[in-house]
Amino acid sequence: MTSVRPAPALDAAPVRRPGPVRFLWLLVVLGLLVALMGASVAIGSRDVGWSEILAALGGSAETMGEAAVTKRIPRTVLAVVVGAALGLSGAVMQGVTRNPLADPGVLGINMGASLAVVAGIAWFGLFSATSIVWAAITGAAVAAVFVYAVGSLGRGGATPLKLALAGAATSAALTSFITAIALPRGDIVENVVSWEIGGVGGATFTGIGTVAPFLVVGFAVSLVSARSLNSLALGDELAAGLGERVALARGVAALGSVLLCGAATAVAGPIGFVGLVVPHLCRLLVGVDHRWLLPFSAIVGACLLTGADVLGRIVARPTELDVGILTALIGAPFFIAIVRRQKVREL
Amino acid sequence: MTAVVSPPPSTVDTVARGRVRRASRRRLVITVLALAVVVAFAVTLMVGRTFYPPGDVLRVVLGSDVPGASFTVGRLRLPRAVLAVVAGLSFGLAGVTFQTMLRNPLASPDVIGITSGASAAAAFAIVILGWSGTAVSVTAIVAALGVALLIYTLAFKDGVAGTRLILIGIGVAAMCKSITSYVLSKAGAWDFAEALRWLTGSLNGSTWEATVPTLVALLVFGPVLLGQTRNLSALQLGDDTASALGVRVERTRVIAIVAAVGLIAFATAACGPIAFVSFLAGPIAARLVGPNGSLLVPAALVGALLVLVADLCGQYAFGTRYPVGVITGVLGAPYLIYLIIRSNRTGGSL
Repeated sequence: MTSVRPAPALDAAPVRRPGPVRFLWLLVVLGLLVALMGASVAIGSRDVGWSEILAALGGSAETMGEAAVTKRIPRTVLAVVVGAALGLSGAVMQGVTRNPLADPGVLGINMGASLAVVAGIAWFGLFSATSIVWAAITGAAVAAVFVYAVGSLGRGGATPLKLALAGAATSAALTSFITAIALPRGDIVENVVSWEIGGVGGATFTGIGTVAPFLVVGFAVSLVSARSLNSLALGDELAAGLGERVALARGVAALGSVLLCGAATAVAGPIGFVGLVVPHLCRLLVGVDHRWLLPFSAIVGACLLTGADVLGRIVARPTELDVGILTALIGAPFFIAIVRRQKVREL
Repeated sequence: MTAVVSPPPSTVDTVARGRVRRASRRRLVITVLALAVVVAFAVTLMVGRTFYPPGDVLRVVLGSDVPGASFTVGRLRLPRAVLAVVAGLSFGLAGVTFQTMLRNPLASPDVIGITSGASAAAAFAIVILGWSGTAVSVTAIVAALGVALLIYTLAFKDGVAGTRLILIGIGVAAMCKSITSYVLSKAGAWDFAEALRWLTGSLNGSTWEATVPTLVALLVFGPVLLGQTRNLSALQLGDDTASALGVRVERTRVIAIVAAVGLIAFATAACGPIAFVSFLAGPIAARLVGPNGSLLVPAALVGALLVLVADLCGQYAFGTRYPVGVITGVLGAPYLIYLIIRSNRTGGSL
């Protein structure tokens, strides 16, 4: 981002890009995603040859190398799925709240899901994977409603500052409660701490299968609301004038977004900043039309998380860096840059 | 404040009387707070698995040898209680300094990332470098100063706007926290529960070796901050007004930041970032004292009282022993949200 003016829109992104440019970008990001998925399968603490990778992809796990690659496959799938869910969820959230700082992590929605999961495990003995996903989604929904309600009190509605502060405060509050619940429980504390960091390391196809239905519904609902998000972007009055049922449209889109980030948190822990960074990048690539922005955010989100996961395996060899740590290190400076670009009165 | 209006008093009289009344309220609050700290300190020394009467405790504190009590009180409970007081005073004083300087209760060091910077550095020094004692404190103070400088520089654009500084602080805090998570994930030998305990702030295992540097830091930086009381109050009126009143704004700010960060860093290195104490102390003190001059002393006392009482509660009020930070966190977090709700409703700053 060079000298973009912080004019009325969040980024000085073009409103429309000509069709061919967008198709070109689509090919580029899809190609990038395929390359990153390949890297994610090929790179790890054990060096494997191409023949072993191909054999493992074909289902064989006879040599050590093939077995290692076999373990990387679900992990790659999970990174792609979770990244796509978080990217899309962030894009929808920014559209619904018309707020450049909206993100499941910044708004504390991930932590709502976390608290619900931790409380469910510690107090209600939730063990089945499906019930944990339900708990996470419920927690995410409650946190989202709460943060939005707190952030939109008073004059000016939900300004970026008020929403971000309400989110940060809620995150801090929920973190305290999570610690208070988990600490006395020696049996779960280790799992809670490592899950809290956020990562895709322990992925299994069973785990992915459990959240898949939720994610599918979330993707569908979010993508369907692209058109109404476009109307909402014009402002509530204008959207209503265009025949949009504003409250309904907003509720549906928010539901899709909460489903996505709740399910993603349930399976991979609270991973922050993906939903913040990705939509901003995508707006630079394809403009502000949500019909393009939303699918792009999903693809770029998948790229970002897969890439971060690969990077985490490269920089910390022979161990690995959890992906949640890397996304925070990449995303927080981005958050700061957005804040710096805003004029004070817009905050 | 409705004054009795039988013979209409002159304005000067009203102002003068109001001043006297507020000054006496301030004295009263400070005295009560100080007494409460002393009582809580004494209770911390007396209560435990075995109860020791005040006489025994007093004799141990004065240095005489009492069988049993000398070890339990002198070696176990006294360092813990002293650290609680010192850390509470440090967090309270540093927190209210930032809040006063930036004119916003949300600008406390634990919200804007300075405490996270100190704890990330301390965790790094302890776990990765294997350091202990003063080296850890020095690392923490350097990192915390660096973070403070970073936030300030990033927030600087046509002057520092409080709102921008707070948001940038939240971003920096997120980065520091991810570094801490990384360091702790490396800590194979370090028990996870222990790590979590330290991260929320804990007085478990307090020793004199950890307490003394913190005490020294308080004795050095505390008076420096108290010496700036008048200038800090002037800063609350805005930079321009303050410099018109003859305050050297930048100098005051640098002194205050260095001293407050020093307090935070030493306290954090000793007992972890006890959640929300530096955030809570100022607003509570403001409620108690009212609009009566500087909050530095009352906020420091509130901080000490918070840590002492929360530690007592954490140790004995529940079935399991909670570290002090869990108690202050669970108390402080809803208050933070309440503050935000209130300020959003009224539309003003906090």
